[in-house]
Amino acid sequence: MRRRVNIWSDFDWVTVGVYFLLVLIGWINIYAAVFNEDHQSIFDFSQRYGKQLVWISAALVIIILVFSLDVNVYSFFAYVVYGLMIFLLLAVLIFGREVHGARSWFEMGGVRLQPSEFAKIATALALARYLSSYNVQINTFKSYWRIALIVLLPSLLILLQNDTGSALVYFAFIFVLYREGLSESILLFGFFIIVLFVLALVLEKIILIFLSIFVALIIFWILNKKLKNFIIALLIFTFSVLILYALNYFLNLDLPTYYIELIALGISSITYAYLAFKNKIKHVILLLMFLYGAIIFTFSVDYFFHNFLEPHQQKRINTLLGLESDPLGIGYNVNQSKIAIGSGGFAGKGFLRGTQTKFDFVPEQSTDFIFCTIGEEWGFIGTSAIVSLFLVLLFRLIIIAERQKSTFSRVYAYGVLSILFFHITINIGMTIGLMPVIGIPLPFFSYGGSSLWSFTVLLFILLRLDASRFELLR
Amino acid sequence: MDSFAGRKNIIRLLIGLVGFIYIIRLFILQVLDSTYKLTASNNVLRYETQFPARGLIYDRNGDLLVYNEAAYDIMINPRQVVPFDTAEFCSILEIDKKYIDENILKARQYSLYKPSIFLKQVSSIAYAQLQEKLFKFPGFFVQPRTIRKYTSTHAAHVLGYVGEVNEKMIESNQYYKLGDYIGISGIEQSYEEYLKGKKGISILLVDVHNRIKGPYNNGRFDEKAVVGSNVISTIDIELQKYGEELMQNLTGSVVAIEPATGEILALISTPNYDPDLLVGRIRTKNYNILMMDSLKPLFNRALMAQYPPGSTFKVINALIGQQEKVLFPYTSYSCQGGYVVGRFRLGCHIHSSPLDLVQSIKNSCNTYYCHVFRSILDNSKYPSVRDAFDSWRNHVMSFGFGKPLNSDFGNELAGLVPSKELYDRIHKTENWKSLNVISLAIGQGEMGTTPLQMANMTAAIANRGYYFIPHIVKEIEGDFSLDKRFYEKQFTTIDSSYFEPVVHGMELAVNGDYAGGSTAWRAQIPNIIVCGKTGTAQNPHGEDHSIFIAFAPKDNPKIAIAVYIENGGFGGTWAAPLAKLMIEKYLNDSISQPYYEDYILNAHLTIENAKKSKYME
Ligand SMILES: [Zn+2]
Repeated sequence: MRRRVNIWSDFDWVTVGVYFLLVLIGWINIYAAVFNEDHQSIFDFSQRYGKQLVWISAALVIIILVFSLDVNVYSFFAYVVYGLMIFLLLAVLIFGREVHGARSWFEMGGVRLQPSEFAKIATALALARYLSSYNVQINTFKSYWRIALIVLLPSLLILLQNDTGSALVYFAFIFVLYREGLSESILLFGFFIIVLFVLALVLEKIILIFLSIFVALIIFWILNKKLKNFIIALLIFTFSVLILYALNYFLNLDLPTYYIELIALGISSITYAYLAFKNKIKHVILLLMFLYGAIIFTFSVDYFFHNFLEPHQQKRINTLLGLESDPLGIGYNVNQSKIAIGSGGFAGKGFLRGTQTKFDFVPEQSTDFIFCTIGEEWGFIGTSAIVSLFLVLLFRLIIIAERQKSTFSRVYAYGVLSILFFHITINIGMTIGLMPVIGIPLPFFSYGGSSLWSFTVLLFILLRLDASRFELLR
Repeated sequence: MDSFAGRKNIIRLLIGLVGFIYIIRLFILQVLDSTYKLTASNNVLRYETQFPARGLIYDRNGDLLVYNEAAYDIMINPRQVVPFDTAEFCSILEIDKKYIDENILKARQYSLYKPSIFLKQVSSIAYAQLQEKLFKFPGFFVQPRTIRKYTSTHAAHVLGYVGEVNEKMIESNQYYKLGDYIGISGIEQSYEEYLKGKKGISILLVDVHNRIKGPYNNGRFDEKAVVGSNVISTIDIELQKYGEELMQNLTGSVVAIEPATGEILALISTPNYDPDLLVGRIRTKNYNILMMDSLKPLFNRALMAQYPPGSTFKVINALIGQQEKVLFPYTSYSCQGGYVVGRFRLGCHIHSSPLDLVQSIKNSCNTYYCHVFRSILDNSKYPSVRDAFDSWRNHVMSFGFGKPLNSDFGNELAGLVPSKELYDRIHKTENWKSLNVISLAIGQGEMGTTPLQMANMTAAIANRGYYFIPHIVKEIEGDFSLDKRFYEKQFTTIDSSYFEPVVHGMELAVNGDYAGGSTAWRAQIPNIIVCGKTGTAQNPHGEDHSIFIAFAPKDNPKIAIAVYIENGGFGGTWAAPLAKLMIEKYLNDSISQPYYEDYILNAHLTIENAKKSKYME
């Protein structure tokens, strides 16, 4: 028999305390955000704070449920839960209800549930199960494939629901993989791909080609360590560009500038590859592959963006990257949110005294922009306290993660940490203008049953595993 | 075993770093930076949307068609409303106490904090009076807007109209908010994206007495509105006006296209309406009246009405016959007053016989085209009639029939080109014969075409084998270009050499002498060679519809036109002279035989009489 009694003494009360504190402060701020003179009772269930109170009570029931299950259930049923979630994500695409342009809600008898919120938990469990299984080496191609499948499949399905924010959360699992030993070169490669992707959308083609060539040459110099080879390569390229420009000009060929560059690149790279082969200069082929890969990648991103995406999707990406201003849309929200937080000053305007954080000025006030209410009514004292509280939680989660004996528990703990860290960073970051506006909730704070419950389950499964850490050894 | 434990410190560092940066940022935002502070005396911000003026619409010659006029909406912010002198308020705005009570309640129900419209489109006089006394009425403010104005009463169907966005539109497009305007039909709808411009916002400091203290933060967070782009239509307003005047007593449609570009020169659908009726506060009321009108003035016949093409379709069969090598210019058939096979008989009128290809078009001989059509379908090149029919259908559709032309109008009808499956169902067998579908030979039966499609077909003949997708906008001012589909030649499946005998036949149909069998002699214009073809669309509900298609001049055509006059009977009687007047107006800007104008203007009397006598029979 298991030592049931000990669960409570091995229980991480610090985390539980922080959790309840955050939920309570969150609720108070939802009350302030939607407060108006016509509805003052805190038990007014027609109002959001009334409903949130119901969600919180339900969360308590969920906590008890999570704790009463056998601790082995979570790893044993990890794949089953994951499969079920994938099924629900598919089903919501077909039977779901569209809210604000995203088809991500199930509606049953007036209650709306968002499966994408819960899919994070399933993914964290499935990833933990996979990485903890016997004989799995993270840095093999087989593992890369499986990990990518586990993490990106739900992300892709959520993207299809038109919920970009929730889909991006899955990239947070990179922290888990990093902690579990993912090779640096893969991380670097991934980072490089993302940078290229953004640059492809932000920069002109011509500049992009020049930039790639320049970077390739610099890397070549660093690897090769000989200035002479670098200068020869640079000269060959410059020379071919000049000749082609001259030809284009005198023969009236009317070639677009970037064609000229591409042709020049082609000619000079063949010439240089030949020279390199003759003089046995190293790294040339590898670098040329890198260079062409980068150019092809950026061009296909550009092509995909302009030919396959709908105008509204293009617009959203452009606004995220700051290429397009949208005074009454996203840009407007950020300005309003900065005004609201800024106007709070050092000590804030006081509880219920906020003028900006009524839902007429900052949209999504009780959900994605709840942090504004804190900023306006509690000032810098409030905001720095909340940020610190979140920091305490995150650091505590690292401690919990590191004291796990079983790989499953540790990987899951890092999964929880990554998801929370991503949500907190993006959500607070967007309200203070440091992060793009990606509509994801602030854990434990934002209004909404699905989000509160999913974060609660996410966290308390970890606490359950942690409480049994002396039993779970593998 | 756990050789990566050191990496936890990197993660710790990262989390700590983010926390540190955020706290610093918050400190700057909330403590150091004074930009965002509000003082007690100006503690209310008002967000005023700046509505851009909608783009103007011009005709192809630069004449202004649509512009804007200032109008003022009285807005209400329910939370700031305090008891006020309702009597004075009522007298300025010419409303009663009941209106105030009802609309304050309505605004409160919508939102206590968000401003909503209290009274729409107040006159500038009332606006000036109210502006001075606005401080007496906290919670109310004025929102300047613009409404559409028209320089003439013409081209309503082309221009379309503007109305308030509906709930569905607001749900699907973030840009639109309650009370915003949006193009609902015509150019206003198709070019909404360019015409609408971009709303701006200005944030104002307002004191407790509803007085504006100035821009918040020197306008740092304001966004300027961007005026909508002007749009230049392909319409020639003089031609449009002339056509509408000629058609004023008739029901039907006229579409004129410039063959070399696909630009629509005139698009008329009658009965029509005055575009001014659908503007401003009277819009909803007038819209309902127009909707209930039994003559359907809102219905754009040019795009939405579908008729059989009648005898005009013979030119298409003549082209297909040649392309399929079953018909040659010298092919001749005799006609003894009709096409007779066994017990089947399709009548023809009296003309000389036999006829060759050119003569058959000039005389519009039914018998000839029964022979042509059957030889197309019974062509031994194809394994079955159904296969030959497929090939025929493919040729027909290459002229733009049976599918929307994909013009820049939002509501084009596809029309109908029957498929072999349709006949399988009708005859309940796949073994139907060419004789079963013979009415297609003369453009009757299961064919349905819109006037726009007919004008487009005429343009394709004028171009000897290709057309440009018809469009109603020539240019958008600013850095915009039209969709590239409007600049691409759409080739028909007929080689250009086969057009010559057909065009020659159309030339003779107009310019031969009446006694010689010219069916469209009323379309003659001195010194200009008009090529045309008459038609009559069978109408099961009454007198047949009169059709005429034409282009001119014969070489290097400048205009292609299709005219439909409902219940007008034979195409040569009314439709042909109307087309002639339009063509002459466009090419010469003067009319050589003005008595035709009266002839057309009085046509409705004859048509009405014909209808009546039909009922009496
Ligand atoms: Zn005949």
